[in-house]
Amino acid sequence: MKKLAELYEDEIQVILAKYPDEQKRSAVMPLLYLAQRASGRISQEAMQEIAEILDIAITDVASIVGFYSLFHEEPGGRYRIQVCTDLPCALRGADAFLRQLCDLLGVEVGETTADGLFTIEEVKCLAACHRAPVFQVQNGDGLEYHENQTIDTARLVIDELRLRAQKPPGGAA
Amino acid sequence: MSEHYLLRHRSVPHIDRLDVYRSQGGFEAFHKAVTSLKPGEVIEEIKKSGLRGRGGAGFPTGTKWGFLPNTLWPHYVVANADESEPGTFKDHEILESNPFQFLEGLMIAAYAVQAQRAYIYLRGEFWQLAQALDQRIAQLEADGLLGEDIFGTDYSLRLFTHLGAGAYICGEETALLESLEGKLGQPRLRPPFPATAGLYNSPTVINNVETLTNVPLIIGRGADWFRSFGTDKSPGLKIFSLSGCVNRPGNYELPLGCTFRELIYDHGGGIVQDHAIKAIMAAGASSVLIAATPEALETPMDYETTLEKFGAPLGSASIIVLDETVNMAWLAFKTIGFFKHESCGKCTPCREGTFWMNQIATRIMRGKATRADIHLLENVAQQIQGKCLCALGEFSIMAVLSSLKLFAKDFEQLIKVEHDG
Amino acid sequence: MTDKLVHLTIDNIPVSVPPDTLVVDAAKQAGINIPVFCYHPKLHPVGMCRMCLVEIGRPLLDRASGEFVRDADGAPKLQFSPKLETACTTPVTEGMVVITNSQKVADARREVLEFILTSHPLDCPICDKGGECPLQNLTMEHGPGQSRFLFDEKMHLDKHVPLGELIYLDRERCIQCGRCVRFQNEVADDPVIAFSQRGRALEIITQSTPGFDSIFSGNTTDICPVGALTTADFRFAARPWELKAAASICQHCAVGCNIVFNVRREALQGGRMVIKRVMPRQNEQVNEIWICDKGRFAYHYVESPQRLTQPMIRKDGALIEAEWDEALDLVAKKLTAYGASLVTLAGGRLSNEDLFNLYSLTHTQGGQAVLYSYMAGGDLTAQVGIPPQTDLGKLGAGCVILVIACDLHEEAPLWWLRIKAAAQRGASLIVLNPRTTRLDRYARHVIRYEYGAELAALSAFQPQSRGDLPEPVRSAVKTFQEAENVIILYGSEGLGLQESKALAHACAGLLIKTYHIGRSNNGLVAAWHNANLQGAWDMGFSPINNLAETLSKAGVTYVVATDPAGDDPQLAEALQHSGFLVVQDILMTETVKMADVFLPAQAYMERGGSYTSGERRLQRFYPAVPPPGNTLPDFAITARISQRLGRTAEEQSPARILLQIAATNPAYAEMDYQLLAQVHEQQPLMGRHDLYYGGTTYENRQGLGAHLSTAASRVEPLNIPDAPPPPVFPVQEGLLTVVPTTRLYDRGSLLIHSNLLHQRLAHPTLTMHPKTAEAYQLSRGQTAVMLLEKTPYRVEIDLDEDLPHGIALLPRSVGIPLNAPQAVKLRPES
Ligand SMILES: Cc1cc2nc3c(=O)[nH]c(=O)nc-3n(C[C@H](O)[C@H](O)[C@H](O)COP(=O)(O)O)c2cc1C
Ligand code: SF4
Ligand code: FES
Repeated sequence: MKKLAELYEDEIQVILAKYPDEQKRSAVMPLLYLAQRASGRISQEAMQEIAEILDIAITDVASIVGFYSLFHEEPGGRYRIQVCTDLPCALRGADAFLRQLCDLLGVEVGETTADGLFTIEEVKCLAACHRAPVFQVQNGDGLEYHENQTIDTARLVIDELRLRAQKPPGGAA
Repeated sequence: MSEHYLLRHRSVPHIDRLDVYRSQGGFEAFHKAVTSLKPGEVIEEIKKSGLRGRGGAGFPTGTKWGFLPNTLWPHYVVANADESEPGTFKDHEILESNPFQFLEGLMIAAYAVQAQRAYIYLRGEFWQLAQALDQRIAQLEADGLLGEDIFGTDYSLRLFTHLGAGAYICGEETALLESLEGKLGQPRLRPPFPATAGLYNSPTVINNVETLTNVPLIIGRGADWFRSFGTDKSPGLKIFSLSGCVNRPGNYELPLGCTFRELIYDHGGGIVQDHAIKAIMAAGASSVLIAATPEALETPMDYETTLEKFGAPLGSASIIVLDETVNMAWLAFKTIGFFKHESCGKCTPCREGTFWMNQIATRIMRGKATRADIHLLENVAQQIQGKCLCALGEFSIMAVLSSLKLFAKDFEQLIKVEHDG
Repeated sequence: MTDKLVHLTIDNIPVSVPPDTLVVDAAKQAGINIPVFCYHPKLHPVGMCRMCLVEIGRPLLDRASGEFVRDADGAPKLQFSPKLETACTTPVTEGMVVITNSQKVADARREVLEFILTSHPLDCPICDKGGECPLQNLTMEHGPGQSRFLFDEKMHLDKHVPLGELIYLDRERCIQCGRCVRFQNEVADDPVIAFSQRGRALEIITQSTPGFDSIFSGNTTDICPVGALTTADFRFAARPWELKAAASICQHCAVGCNIVFNVRREALQGGRMVIKRVMPRQNEQVNEIWICDKGRFAYHYVESPQRLTQPMIRKDGALIEAEWDEALDLVAKKLTAYGASLVTLAGGRLSNEDLFNLYSLTHTQGGQAVLYSYMAGGDLTAQVGIPPQTDLGKLGAGCVILVIACDLHEEAPLWWLRIKAAAQRGASLIVLNPRTTRLDRYARHVIRYEYGAELAALSAFQPQSRGDLPEPVRSAVKTFQEAENVIILYGSEGLGLQESKALAHACAGLLIKTYHIGRSNNGLVAAWHNANLQGAWDMGFSPINNLAETLSKAGVTYVVATDPAGDDPQLAEALQHSGFLVVQDILMTETVKMADVFLPAQAYMERGGSYTSGERRLQRFYPAVPPPGNTLPDFAITARISQRLGRTAEEQSPARILLQIAATNPAYAEMDYQLLAQVHEQQPLMGRHDLYYGGTTYENRQGLGAHLSTAASRVEPLNIPDAPPPPVFPVQEGLLTVVPTTRLYDRGSLLIHSNLLHQRLAHPTLTMHPKTAEAYQLSRGQTAVMLLEKTPYRVEIDLDEDLPHGIALLPRSVGIPLNAPQAVKLRPES
C-alpha cells in the first residue's frame, strides 16, 4: 500500500496551504478524502499517516472518520449509490424508487452487488428535494448527483458506471 | 416575478461565467466597497438595509458584523453552505448557477470586517460545487480580485473551500467551526459567541450563502432599493424552496411577506392531482406544522407573522406542502428518523430522546403501538423541549408535537386493536 | 486575584463567591448539591449532560442608569429565563437568584435521568461501581420510579472492551459525559481516547499502541460517573462497600502522592486483609486528586510469594530459618567485634523513622551511613529548597520554573502535570535537556545542550555572564533575570552521582547568587528516584562515589531495603569481600541470598511512618494490612540491635521517633504526628456523598502533612561545601558513550512484581541517532552486545533522529548496572 504522501504529494501541499500554519488539524477532513480516493475506504494505515502529517493522535483521526457519514472504514462497492428517502423525497415516490433500484441490482439496502461494483445506501436530504427522486453516487474520486430519476434513467446511469469501472481504478489520479 | 436578483441566472444566461458576470456589473459593488467605503460604512449600509440572515434564525446581518471587536485579530468570515435541512435547496441553486454573486457578497463581508481569509464550508455532498468554486476562486485570483493589495489598496483577501462529510449538525454554526477546525462536528457552548471567539478562537462572522448573495445588491443598489421589497421588519427578497405535494416544486424568488397561497398556487401550480391541501411546513423538517386552512394560506411569509400566528418560525423558508393523502403520524416518523440520524450525541435529551421517539414512532408505524404509546411519544417530546444544548434537539420535536396536536386522528388510525382485559 | 466577591442567593441562602465562580460550585460551597455528570471541577465545563438544570433569575438593569430596576419594596426586579439553565456553565453574577428546589427543577432532573437510564443497563448488582455510583445514587434521589422505556428495545453494546490491558470499557454503561476524554485532553494531554460515531451510537474509542497509552489512564476510572471505565485490577474484584480505606503515601517517586489502600478480608487468603486497589486521596498541594498508573498498579509486590517472613542465619553455607533473638544476638555480637568498620547501606523507600534509628546505630558505632542512590544534593535542598507556602498548584505569571536534566513525565509524573498546568497559567517554563521531553511543549524556552555539558548550559544564567549569548539562550536568560520567583528542578537525565552532585551545587549556587532562596515559591527541588531520598539525606545518609571499594572493606555490612548485588555484579563482588553481611528486606533478592544474617522487615503498608517528599513535605502513612509472619518494622529491628549494644532506642512507636528527629533536626522542629494528621477543607470538595461531583478520589481525613522549613527560610547561615570538581564526560576513541535515563516503568525491585504493568515495562534498549547506529553497523531492532566493566550485556537497538550524535541512551534499572555516563565497547551480536 503506497503512502498518501507519495500518491498525492502536490494535493497535500495545496490542502495544507489552505489553513494557517499552526492550525494544520483543519486539514484532517480533506486528507481523509484523499485517503478514500484510492480505495473507496479509509484504512488504519492511512489514519496513522494522516495523524503523523498533522501531528495529532490517530485516535482523533479515527474519531472524525466515525462521526461523518461520507467517510467509510468498512469496504463497500466501488460505487455507493445513495438514495435520498427523506421526507420531501418520500412525498415524491423515493421509497418506491429505492425498492425498484434494489430489485434492479438484486441487493437490499446496505448490501453490495456480487461483482463488488455497487452498494445501495439510504441517505438523508441531499438538498435536491424538488428534483426527486434523487440519488448520488459516491466513489473514491468524488460524488455526483442524479436528479429527477426514474428506474429507466437509473438503469442508464448504472450501465454507464459499469463501463467506467472497466477503466483502471483511481480515476485521473 | 420576471426579474430575478438572487437567482439571477434565470434572467441572465451564463452568469456563472466570470466574463458574463463582470459584463453585467459584477464585482462593481466589491470595487466600490474596497476603494471608496470604509469597513464601518459597509456595515452601516447593511444595517440600514435591514437584511436578516437567510440561514434560519433571521438575525440582522449588519448587527452581527458590527459585533466583531477591533481589538482581537485576525478576523474570519465563514460562508455556511452546509444546506442540509430537509426541504431546503436554495443555496444549492445559487452555488450552481449564480456563484459569483455569492462570492462577491462573501468578499464584501470579508472586507467589512477586515478579514484576510474566508472559508466556504460546503456539505460534503456538494463535492462538484466545491470543485467548481475552487476554479472560480482561481479565476478571481488571476483577475486580481482576490489576493494581495486588491485594486491597489492594501486590502488582501483569500478564499478557501472546505468540504464537510455528511452531517446535518455541521450547519449549526459552532458545530461548523469545530468541523472546520478538524474536530468532531459538535456544537460549542455559548457564550462565547463566534463574533468574539469563533474560528481558531478568533472573531468570526458566519453567514448563510443566500444572505451573502444579497450583499452585492445592497452595496450596489443601496439599502433603500433593498427595502423596496418585503415588509418593514422583514425587508428584501427571499428564495422560497417549495417541495412536497405540489405540481411545480422548486425555488421561487419572492418578496418576504408574500402569502402561502401565492407561493403554492400562483407559483407552485397547486397541489398534485388536485388533492386537498392538508398542512404546511414552513421551515423544512424543523417546522411546526401549520394546518392549511384557507385563512392560513393567506398568511404572509415573513420572520414575524407565521411565528406569531402559528408559533411556526419561517426558518430558511423551506415550504413542504402536505396533502390529504399524507398521514401525519408517518410524517412525524419521518422527521424523527432524520433527527435521530443527525443528532450529534453530545447532549443527553437529544441523543436519548430522538432515539426513544424513534423506537415509539417505529412501533406506531408497524401498527404495534397502543394509545399509551402515543401519550408516551408526546411526553418524551415534551421532555426534550427546552433542555437541549443546541437547536437541533429542539427542532426534533416540532413536527411531533404539532402533528399530535393538530392531527391526533392520524395517529389513532395506526393504533393496534386493543383487546379488552 | 480580586478580593471583590459576588453576592447571590441559592434557594434563599445568601452566598458570596469570587467572580467567575460557576453556579454549581457556588452552590456546593453553600452546601447545596446540584447533580452533575459531565461537569467536573477540574475540567472545563461543557454543559452537555443537562443534569444540572436550574432556574436562574437575574436583576433587571436599567439601561440608562446602569442601576437595578427595583419594585415598590425596593427589591431588585428579577428576570427569569423561560428555559432552565445549566448551573455548570453559568458564572455567578451580582444579585443572581438561583432556584434548585422547585418542582420545575425536580421534573427536569427526573426527566434527564430517565433519558440516561433508557440506554443504561440494569446491571448494578454486578457492576464494579455499584455502591459508589453517582448514577445509582442520583437515580435513587431524583430518578423516575419506573422505566417507561421498553426493555427489549434497549441498545445492546459490548460490555468488556479492553481499551488497553489496564482499563476496560463497558459500552452499555457509558453515558457519554465525556469526562474521560476531556481528562485525557485537558489534564493529561494524551488524546488517546475519543468519541466516535454520533447520536446514540456515540462511543469511546482508542487507537493508540498500546491501547489507552497514557500513564494517567487510571484517573479516568475515578471520574467516570458510572461503571463504564474500570481498571483491570479492580474489575469484579470486590464491592466498594466491603472495602476499608487506609491512608498512605505513594512509594514510587519523590512527589509523595496521597493515596488510599482499599483493603478487604479475603476468604481465599485465609481471612487475611488484602489490598484490593489503590486510590488517590486529595491533597491539593501535592497530587490534587490524581495519581499516575505506576502508583495505582504497582503495589502487588506486597503479596508476592517471594516475601520473606522469618529471620535466617547462614549455617554451613545455607540460610536457615532462625528465631529473632538468635539472629539479633549474632548481629550484635559481630557489631561489638567489628564496631567502627560498619557500613550501613540504606535504600530510599525506608521511612524517616527507620532511617533515624539506622543512622543512630551506625553513628554511635562509628560506622558509615551510606545512601544507595545515584543522585546528590539533598544537603543543598535542605538549605535552599522550596520553603513552606510554596504550592506548585498555584504558580503562575511572574514565576520561572527551570527544569534541567530531567524527563519529568517519567521521573515524577504528577509534577509534570502540575508544572505543565503552571505554565498554562502563565508561569515561564525553561527546559534544559539534551533531548526532547514531553515538557518541551509547554516551555517558553527550550535549551538543548550536549550530554555532559549541563554545567556549561546552566552557567549562562549566572548574573555576571553577559556576553553574546546565542538564541534561545539569550531570551531564556532574560526571562530568568526578570523573574520575581525562581524554582529550579533537577533530575537524573544522563547523570551519575558525581555529575548530579556538581549540578546540584551549580543550581544551588545560582539560586543563592540571584537571591531566589528562603522565600516561598523559590528554591531548589530534586526529582529523586525514590519516595524518601530527601528524608534519608535529612536523617544523615548520603551516597558515596566509591561504593564497591567501601563495601569490600567493611567489617560488617548492614544492607537495608535495597539490592546492590542484584543491580550490579561489581557490587555483588564487593559484598563477597566484605566481612559479615546483614541484610534486612521484605523480598528475596540477590543480596539476601548472600547474607550471613537475614532480618525480615515489613512492607510500608504494614506499619506506620513518615516520608519527606521532593518538595520537602513531611507526610504520614498508616498501616493498611497486617504484617505477615514473623516480620518487624525496620525501625524496630534496628532498635533491637541497638538495645543489644546497650543503647536506648525506640522500637514501639514511630511517633516517638519523629519527636526525637524533631529534637535534633531544626527543619523538623515543629513536627509531630498530630500536626501531620491535620486537615483543612480543600477546594474542590471531594469524596462527600455527592460522588458525581468530583469522582471517587478520597477526601483527605488523615492529614495533609506539613512543609519543612529550609535553612534559608529560617535565616540560618548556609553551609554550602565547596563545589566538587566538574566531572569529565567519558569519551574514548572507538568506544560509544552511553548515558543513563530514568523511566517510569523500569524494572525496579518493586515494580517487577506487578503483573498488570508487565507489558509496559522498559526493556534494555540502547537508543541512538541513526548516524551513530550506522557507525557501529547497527540497525533498528537488532541485538547488540555491550561490554560494561568486562561483563557483556545484550541490548536491543532503537533509533531516534532527535538525539545528539555519538551517544546512546540506556534506561536505568533494566538489569544493566549503568548509572553514570560511560564509554563502552559495542558490537552487533554474532
Ligand atoms: C441544526 C442546525 C442546522 C443548521 N443548518 C444550517 C445550514 O445548513 N445552513 C445555514 O446557513 N444555516 C444553518 N443553521 C443556522 C446557523 O447556525 C447560523 O445561524 C447561520 O449560518 C447564520 O447565518 P445567517 O445569519 O446568514 O442566517 C443551522 C442551525 C441549526 C441549529
Ligand atoms: S466512559 Fe465514563 S467518563 Fe467516559 S464518556 Fe462514558 S460515562 Fe463519561
Ligand atoms: S450539563 Fe451541567 S453537569 Fe452536565
